[in-house]
Amino acid sequence: MSSKSIIDIRGLKKSFKSRRSKQGGMVEAVKGIDLAVEEGECFGFLGPNGAGKSTSLRMLATLLAPDGGDARIAGCDLLKEPAFVRRQIGYVSQAGGADTASSGREDLMLQARMYGLSAEEARERADELIRALDLSEFVDRFSRTYSGGQRRKLDIALGMVHAPKVLFLDEPTTGLDPVSRSQIWERIRMLKRGGATVFLTTHYLDEADALCDRIAIIDKGSIVAQGTPDELKSGISGEIISLTVNRAPGAGESARKLLETEEYVREIGANENRLKLTVTHGGEAIPSVLRLLEGKGISVIDIALARPSLDDVFLRVTGHTLQEAEDQSKPAAAVPAKTAKGAA
Amino acid sequence: MKFFKDLKWLFFRNVRSSLRNPVWLFIGLFQPILYLLLFAPLLSDLAMVPGFPKGGAMTVFTPGLLVMVGLFGTAYAGFGLVDQIRSGYVERLLVTPVSRIALLLSNVLRDVLNLLVQSVLLVLLALVMGLSVNLAGLLLTFVMMILTGILMSSCSYALALALKQEDALASVLNTLSTPLLLLSGITLPLTLAPAVIRFIASFNPLAYEVTAARALFLGNFNESAIIVAVALLGGLAALAFIWAVRSLRRGAA
Repeated sequence: MSSKSIIDIRGLKKSFKSRRSKQGGMVEAVKGIDLAVEEGECFGFLGPNGAGKSTSLRMLATLLAPDGGDARIAGCDLLKEPAFVRRQIGYVSQAGGADTASSGREDLMLQARMYGLSAEEARERADELIRALDLSEFVDRFSRTYSGGQRRKLDIALGMVHAPKVLFLDEPTTGLDPVSRSQIWERIRMLKRGGATVFLTTHYLDEADALCDRIAIIDKGSIVAQGTPDELKSGISGEIISLTVNRAPGAGESARKLLETEEYVREIGANENRLKLTVTHGGEAIPSVLRLLEGKGISVIDIALARPSLDDVFLRVTGHTLQEAEDQSKPAAAVPAKTAKGAA
Repeated sequence: MKFFKDLKWLFFRNVRSSLRNPVWLFIGLFQPILYLLLFAPLLSDLAMVPGFPKGGAMTVFTPGLLVMVGLFGTAYAGFGLVDQIRSGYVERLLVTPVSRIALLLSNVLRDVLNLLVQSVLLVLLALVMGLSVNLAGLLLTFVMMILTGILMSSCSYALALALKQEDALASVLNTLSTPLLLLSGITLPLTLAPAVIRFIASFNPLAYEVTAARALFLGNFNESAIIVAVALLGGLAALAFIWAVRSLRRGAA
């Protein structure tokens, strides 16, 4: 881990008393995680419900005291200087946190005051966020009247009031309709362009893929894989090129022989005139494949690149699909009681 | 100082939200007003019974009613906090560098303010119905009301932070407040009660408060219960507030 990392976590862990008497004792919600997040990065924690994502995030946001390990956030020690950490971070919980008895604007002003901004600064900052996050249409109404998407936009604005170095977003799009979801994605990308470090949790594979520079896959309290979405996917089995050549007798077989010896081809299979190639980088391999075959007079009718999805990655590293993990975690009380309540 | 600024803005937010929903203030007054209108007249004949305190029905009953408002008006403050914990509002504030004491105190002060407004309205109604009261005594009674408000709302918040669920909070509060009410002599003076009940009631700070308030209404400042009540309520209020702040620090969700 480089010393420049804006978040540096070592051996962070947390256990909760189990609610179920059968298991007795403790449930290890987070089993000692190590990770580093670089400044300006969008880092994603991907895992099913109950994997320990929210618990980890709540520890990093100073809301929950870890049982062990330590962490530095923006140069401050999480355990020894939580008050300094609070000034550097913004945190948007799954529940949100907007004040239902106030309007969005009043709430932004209050939040700014809590960070010690003056009246003038608070007003300017609120206006700035209302413009940037496009809240003006509803910001002067009581937040209890907002739609899910409007609430979530206000929640994010509240977390951004003091222009934090690091913004933690716990499940930012859970429960939102597709339109609101893509609007929230757009806001998160905007924050990243503005230079903020974003640390989010999600149990949506497409969300992690679309937003995150790097991802840690967490399952049952442990990080089971880490890397950029592309690294994680290519670490699986490379990419698969499916191609179909013309129906001339022997064309499929000669194409196979030609391609077999190419160094970028890791595996090849042929079935008459249809071929499947496993390659490391599909984008680079496709032009070479086409040049080679066309040069020998074999015409390609169809060619497609299939990338392994994060779903494949998840299956590979955990032994179950994300959906299965989700279904399993529903009846189980392995979810730390405190987090489970917050999630409701 | 950050503490006072935090307190100011949070208190401002709390009062604003109370003013937007003043109906709750009056709903809280509905029950005591019914007692005043429908129960106090029953006492007028009882005033002749031996052992009934001096001063006539209204002067005996109004102080008790005030203590009742102090008990029930603030003891249920925790429900609002449970709701704020659930909505994430409390957690959102705890992530900011807000003073934890200011966060809690802003709620307690709002509850005390509501309680004082209710008490004044109740006394005004009682005056219309024939209450006569010593002014200095009334003001001192309000001081006791403030202490009661701090005590009860702090306890309610501490319990809310521990239980985090309305159902559990309701059971605990009912279990605690009913004996406190019955053993305080709010409705009928404890001087009418058997010795056993009087003995148990001697452990109830509210019983001293009711006795003290009755004496104060009559202008009888020599009553020993006054000192006991103020000391007990002040000490307990401080302890309860510390308990609530510690619960908040331990994590609110």
